[in-house]
Amino acid sequence: MSPRAAWRLEALGFSHVYDYVAGKVDWGAAGLPREGTATTEETMGEVADANVPTCRLAERLRDVQERVRATDWDTCIVVNEEQVVLGRLGRKALAETADVIVEEVMAEGPSTVRPTATLRETLERLRPKGNTTALVTTSDGRLVGVVCLDR
Amino acid sequence: MPTDATRADVQRLFTEGAQLVEVLPPAEYEEEHLPGAINLPLKELSRQAARRLDRTRPVIVYCYDTT
Repeated sequence: MSPRAAWRLEALGFSHVYDYVAGKVDWGAAGLPREGTATTEETMGEVADANVPTCRLAERLRDVQERVRATDWDTCIVVNEEQVVLGRLGRKALAETADVIVEEVMAEGPSTVRPTATLRETLERLRPKGNTTALVTTSDGRLVGVVCLDR
Repeated sequence: MPTDATRADVQRLFTEGAQLVEVLPPAEYEEEHLPGAINLPLKELSRQAARRLDRTRPVIVYCYDTT
């Protein structure tokens, strides 16, 4: 629909017309703010804590453990330089004593939720499974933050 | 010829003064739209309706997704 609108505006004499082809779906999936009557319910993107510790695949686990201990978090998200989530270090990995790198002990491909999911729906879905946290990423896999489900 | 814009383009152009236009029907706009967007439904995009827009500034149109 938007391509036709863009062409119509050009026909009406507008000379600088852009078409945001990916539209509302893309905007919402990126966790960006929206307005309107349907946006009153809290979403995961709004409540996600972006201060969760992060690390890289090749970092020494000991260095990461030290960094995480200085916070009140018990998890660390493994991301690349584009902030795309590659793995996760949970309590067990953060207690590991061997001298290894992050990649060797991380949990691969952790489950994620979209920023547009409502907090209520996510709690209803994940609490019965015993999940205490939810990892929020954009549709292209970039870290938004973490929501603690038991607080 | 209209230019395709990415999400990052939209954010940049909007802060530079571009006008953001949702072309979906009013009910869908009321339910949810991008901050700062106005509603000019495609079905009503006449010469008269376009007077709501400033011809001197860029215009970004969007709908739901690529459909």
